[in-house]
Amino acid sequence: MIDLRNVNKRFGKLQVLDNVSLKLDAGKSYALIGPNGSGKTTLIKSILGMVIPTSGEISVLKENIRSHWKYREKIGYMPQIGHYPDNMRIGQLIDMMKNIRNNVQDVDEELIHAFNLNKILDKRMHTLSGGTRQKVSAALAFLFHAPILILDEPTAGLDPVSVEILKTKILSEKGKGKLLIISSHIMSDLDELSTDIIYLFEGKIHYHDTIANLKEETQEVRLGKAMAAYINQNAFQHTLQE
Amino acid sequence: MVRIIKYILYDILRTRFILLYTLFLLVCTVAMYQLDTDTGKVTMSLMNIVLMVIPLVSIVFTTIHFYNSYEFIELMLAQPVNRKVIFLSEYFSTALSLCVAYAVGTGLPVLIYGFNPSSLTLLYSGLMLTLVFVSLAFLASVLTRDKAKAIGITLLFWFYFSLIYDGLLLWVVYTFSDYPLEKLTITLIAFNPVDLARIMMLLKLDISALMGYTGAFYQNFFGSFLGTAFSSGILMLWIILPLFIAMRIFSKKDL
Repeated sequence: MIDLRNVNKRFGKLQVLDNVSLKLDAGKSYALIGPNGSGKTTLIKSILGMVIPTSGEISVLKENIRSHWKYREKIGYMPQIGHYPDNMRIGQLIDMMKNIRNNVQDVDEELIHAFNLNKILDKRMHTLSGGTRQKVSAALAFLFHAPILILDEPTAGLDPVSVEILKTKILSEKGKGKLLIISSHIMSDLDELSTDIIYLFEGKIHYHDTIANLKEETQEVRLGKAMAAYINQNAFQHTLQE
Repeated sequence: MVRIIKYILYDILRTRFILLYTLFLLVCTVAMYQLDTDTGKVTMSLMNIVLMVIPLVSIVFTTIHFYNSYEFIELMLAQPVNRKVIFLSEYFSTALSLCVAYAVGTGLPVLIYGFNPSSLTLLYSGLMLTLVFVSLAFLASVLTRDKAKAIGITLLFWFYFSLIYDGLLLWVVYTFSDYPLEKLTITLIAFNPVDLARIMMLLKLDISALMGYTGAFYQNFFGSFLGTAFSSGILMLWIILPLFIAMRIFSKKDL
């Protein structure tokens, strides 16, 4: 569904994405992991067209996204930090999002109710706490039944109850054959939510396989341990090479 | 596009700055007409306000607004909306609100107190100047990510076109005063929208006779239909060119 070919992105001298090639298929859920500043958000923003790659091609649903925008209809995006117009009320924001998508009737308001956002529709965005903003972001990402869901650190900053609500929602969407890309630092969450793993380090893809394979390779039961074992193994090999 | 313009306009109106600006222009204009009964002189005084205040307010307000709507732009970019549509919506809504403020603040009293060809030119060139400086502000805003830097650039634009350029022009005229400079000065004036607007207005007032031979030459050139078309065309270029460059940069910008 999403196809990246030799994508490079430089910010001045900094090479944020280094020859990234990826094929992401429907029905799978990808965990995007890597240290801070490894290029996860840049990768996500490139797919969304918010960041324009220095070179390389990205196609979504077999269509090159360069100077296209219609494909974003098919993507539900939950940003890491949601920036919203300060003066807008939650209700207005939701209405606006529906409005620019031609007032579609078939919307999924499950999260709006689950997070009790429908009771605070008249609150202005700048009065909201970080967690509540996060809930708004999540509700908006799932609103339009998008076949591709991109969630950038979805559970960071949410209270435990809300985390569970969101996770249940993600799992139920995963069951519908959608493509999910989840970036997170919380391995236990990813263990539950994803099928495949993409490990990004300094803009390069270091590992891309199913979680089951990774666990088998490293002989670990939990994803967190398996990943740590993999990274240590690699670091060891690097020191040997040097 | 109309939907997005609606949301941006709603946001602009909420800040109440446009309302204050309208009120300021209204009070100034009405006060001028109360102080003097000679509409020619009033138009002259208003011209000075138009040439100084309008570019400054347009350029600073637009830049601040652009940076304040960064969140909105970011939000829109993740939605199925064309980048160009977002950009042009921002331009049209800012330009529209500033033009309406000017039309109500200065236009309304002018229509009531003294409507004549010279005041019509005043209104026309004021509107054109607003559009020119909104364009320049958009150009400055997309050039840098830093709000303070962008406001610095916009102020530089304003100083340059309102003060520095005139100084340079004067220097050229004095230094080469032994040569025939009429055609050269007309060319040089075309490079400054504020001067262009000023000359358009001055020639509609009856004082151009005071400006000697050059004034007569200008009157001959700018006073004709061709001259008006020329200056309007150049002002249009001043609107379209910076906007076009800004749009090119914006459609390739990382957000």
